Amino acid sequence: MKKELLILSVVVAFSLLTYWLVEPFAHSQMHPHVESEGFEYNGSSDIAEVDNKISQIRDAIAAEKAQEEPSTKKLDMLAADMQAAEARREAKKTFWADVERIAALEGDAAAGEAVYDAGCTGCHFGGSVSMGGVVPPPLKETAGAIYDRNYLIGIIKDPAMVANVDHKFSIVRSHQMDSVKYMVTEDQDIVNVVAYLKKIALNQEEITPQLAFEDACGRCHDVRYKNWTIIGEKPKFKDKRDEMAFDIKHLDAQEGITGYMGKLPPDLSMYIRSRGEHYISVFMEDPQQLLLGTSMPRVGVNAEAAEKVIAYLEEAGDPKKEERDRIGMYIMIYMIFFIIAAFLWKKQIWKDLH
Amino acid sequence: MAHFEKATSVKDWLNQRLAIEKVEKVMASEYWIPKNINFLWAMGMVLSITFALLLVSGIFLLMYYQPNVETAFDSVNYTIMQEVGFGWLWRHVHAVAASVVFLIIYIHMLTGIYYGSYKKGREMIWISGMLLFVTFSAEAFSGYMLPWGQMSYWAGMVITNLFSIGSLELNGIVEWIRGDYVPGQAFLNRFFMLHVLLLPLAIIALIGIHFAALRIPHVNNQDGEEIDFEVESKKYLDGDKAGSKVIRFANDFMSKDMFVVAVFLMFFFYLTFWNYSFALDPVNFDPADGLVTPAHIYPEWYFLWSYEVLRPFSKDIGLIAFAIAQVIFFLIPFLDRSPNVAPANRRGPFAVWFWLMVIDLIVLTAMGKLPPEGIWNVIGLVAALTFFALWIALPFITKLEKKL
Repeated sequence: MKKELLILSVVVAFSLLTYWLVEPFAHSQMHPHVESEGFEYNGSSDIAEVDNKISQIRDAIAAEKAQEEPSTKKLDMLAADMQAAEARREAKKTFWADVERIAALEGDAAAGEAVYDAGCTGCHFGGSVSMGGVVPPPLKETAGAIYDRNYLIGIIKDPAMVANVDHKFSIVRSHQMDSVKYMVTEDQDIVNVVAYLKKIALNQEEITPQLAFEDACGRCHDVRYKNWTIIGEKPKFKDKRDEMAFDIKHLDAQEGITGYMGKLPPDLSMYIRSRGEHYISVFMEDPQQLLLGTSMPRVGVNAEAAEKVIAYLEEAGDPKKEERDRIGMYIMIYMIFFIIAAFLWKKQIWKDLH
Repeated sequence: MAHFEKATSVKDWLNQRLAIEKVEKVMASEYWIPKNINFLWAMGMVLSITFALLLVSGIFLLMYYQPNVETAFDSVNYTIMQEVGFGWLWRHVHAVAASVVFLIIYIHMLTGIYYGSYKKGREMIWISGMLLFVTFSAEAFSGYMLPWGQMSYWAGMVITNLFSIGSLELNGIVEWIRGDYVPGQAFLNRFFMLHVLLLPLAIIALIGIHFAALRIPHVNNQDGEEIDFEVESKKYLDGDKAGSKVIRFANDFMSKDMFVVAVFLMFFFYLTFWNYSFALDPVNFDPADGLVTPAHIYPEWYFLWSYEVLRPFSKDIGLIAFAIAQVIFFLIPFLDRSPNVAPANRRGPFAVWFWLMVIDLIVLTAMGKLPPEGIWNVIGLVAALTFFALWIALPFITKLEKKL
C-alpha cells in the first residue's frame, strides 16, 4: 500500500510537471499577460506604445552604429522614423492632456442639445448612408450609456486619436469623422454634447447584452451563431429570393467595410472560446495592445458595457457553460459513490487472497 | 454433426452450442494473473475503458458531424456544441479522452520499460503495443483535422508537407496524400474516412493481437519473477488462495482494476467539465483560413517530444532524426542486451538510463511547445542530442549489466 502511494506520487508529479510546462508556462511565454486598465481612458497605453516604438528605434540606431561600416542611408531612415515617432508621442500627449482638461469641465445638457442638433445629426440620424464603408450610428439611446465619458469627449476632439488608429491616417486619408474637429471646436461645447448624450441615454438596466454588443461591435462584426449580421439580425425568410436579396445587401456591406478596414472584420461567434474573456476585455480597451498595427479602432466601451459584450459572446459561443457545471457536479457525486463501491468490492475479493 | 441433448436450461442450451462455460474459464476465471502487481498493471484496463469512451462518444458525434469544408466547423461548434442535446458533452468527452489516452499510453509504455516487460518471450506484447501507439497517433491526427479549425488546417499542412522528404522535394507525394495542392475537400474527406473507419478497424484488430500476445508469456510482475503458472494455479484451485502466486483475471484482478478505473474516471470527468483547454486548443475555435497562419503552430502535447527531435536540426537531418524517433521504441527489446527481467532500480546503470529518458522526454515535450527562440532552442538541441545519445548507450550499458 505504501509502495503504491509512492509510485502514484511519482506518476502524478511527472504528469503535473509536464502539464505545467506545456500549458500555463508555455502559454505565458507565447502570449505575455497584458493587464486591463479598468476601462479608464487616459491614453497611458497609447503613449506607452509609442515609447516602446521609440526605444526600438533607438536600439536599431545603436546596433547600426556598432557596425564596422554603418550605412548612412539606413541611419537617415531611422532618424526620420525617430522624428516621426517623437512627433507622434507629442501629439498623443497633447491630445490626452486636452481630454483631461475638457473632462474637468461641467457639461450643460441643454446647451449640448443645440450643438448636437447643429453639428451631429447631419450624419448621426439613424439612416443607412455609408460613409466610405461605415454607417454613422444613431447615438441617442445608446452612446451615453455604453461609451465612456472621456472617450466621447475624445471622439469629438479628435476621432482618430481617441480610437488609437491615427497611424492609419498619417499620410493621405483622413478619418471619416474628422470633420467634427472643425465643427465642434470649443471645449465647453464638447463637454455639453457629452452631457446631452448622457442625459438622453437609456438606463444601464435597459441596455441588454445584445444591445451593447450590436452598438459597440455589431456594426463591423457578424455573429452567425446568433443570426447577427452587420446589417442587422437576419430574419427567417419564406421566399428564397427575399433571402438572396438580404444576402446580397449583406455582401455589399461587407465589401464596404473590407474596403475601409483593409480586411473583413472576423465573425465573433466562437471568440469566447478562441480568445477567452480576458483577451476580449483587454482587446476592447485598446486593440493595439494585443495586436499592434491592427486596423480595428478602440470602441471606448465602459466597464458595464464590456461585461455585457462578454455576456453576449458567451451566449453566442459557449451557451452550455451553466449546464456543463451542473452536469459536471452530478457526475462528480456519482463518481464518489462509484469509487467507494469499487473499493469495497476490491476489499471483499482480496481478503481471501492475502 | 455433434450430438445434442434436450437442454435443461437456457445456459445449458447455450453451453451445448457455444461452450460458454469453457469460454468464461479461458477468458476470465481461469486466466491467471500474478498477484505481485501494483496499480500500474491496471493501465491496460484504463486504456480499454478510455477507448470505449472514445468509440461511444465518436458514434454520437458521427450522427451530426458533416465532413465538408463549408460546414464541418459549424457542424461541430454550432450543431453539436449548441443545438443537439448533450452534444457538447460527447464532444468534450471525445476530445479529452483523445488527449488523456496518450497520457495513459505513455504511463503504460514507461511501466513496461521500467519493469523490463518486453523481454524473454514478451517481445510481441511490446511490438503489438507499439503498433497500437502508432495507430493511435494516426487516429488522433486524423481526428484533429475534422473540426476544420485553424490548427486542423495548419497541422494538416505541416504534417503532410513532411512527406516531401526534405531536399528530395517529392511534392507529388504530398499532393497525392492531400488530393489537392493544399488541404481542402478531398483532404478532409479522406481523413474523415481514415478516422472513422480504417484506423478504428486497425486499432480493434491490434487490441485483439495485443491481448493474444499476453496469453503465452503471461503478464510480468513487480519483481520480474518467473512464475510456474501451472503449479500456482493448481494451488489456487485447491483452496490455497493466500499462498498461490497467481489470481483469477475475474473477479480478483478485475476488482482491483475497477477501483483504479473509478479513480481515473473521476480525474477524467474533472478535466472534461472544467479543465479541457489542453485538449481543445483555443486556436482551433477559429475556422480554417488558408490565408492566415497562426502565430504559433504546435502539435498536441503528446506529439511534442518527437516534434522537438525534428525541430532543432537542419531540414534533412531533422527529418532523419524524426523518422528514427518514431521507430526507435519498437527496438527496445533488442537494444536492451541484459537478460535480467527486473525493475530498473535493481539494474544499476539502467536505472539511471530510465530516469534520464523520462526527464529528457519531458524536456523535449516542453521545448516542442515553446517558441523556437533563444535559450529554448539551445535546450531543445541538447535534449534532442541526449535522446539519441541515450539510445546509442543502451546496448552497451545493458551488455555490461551484472546477471541478477
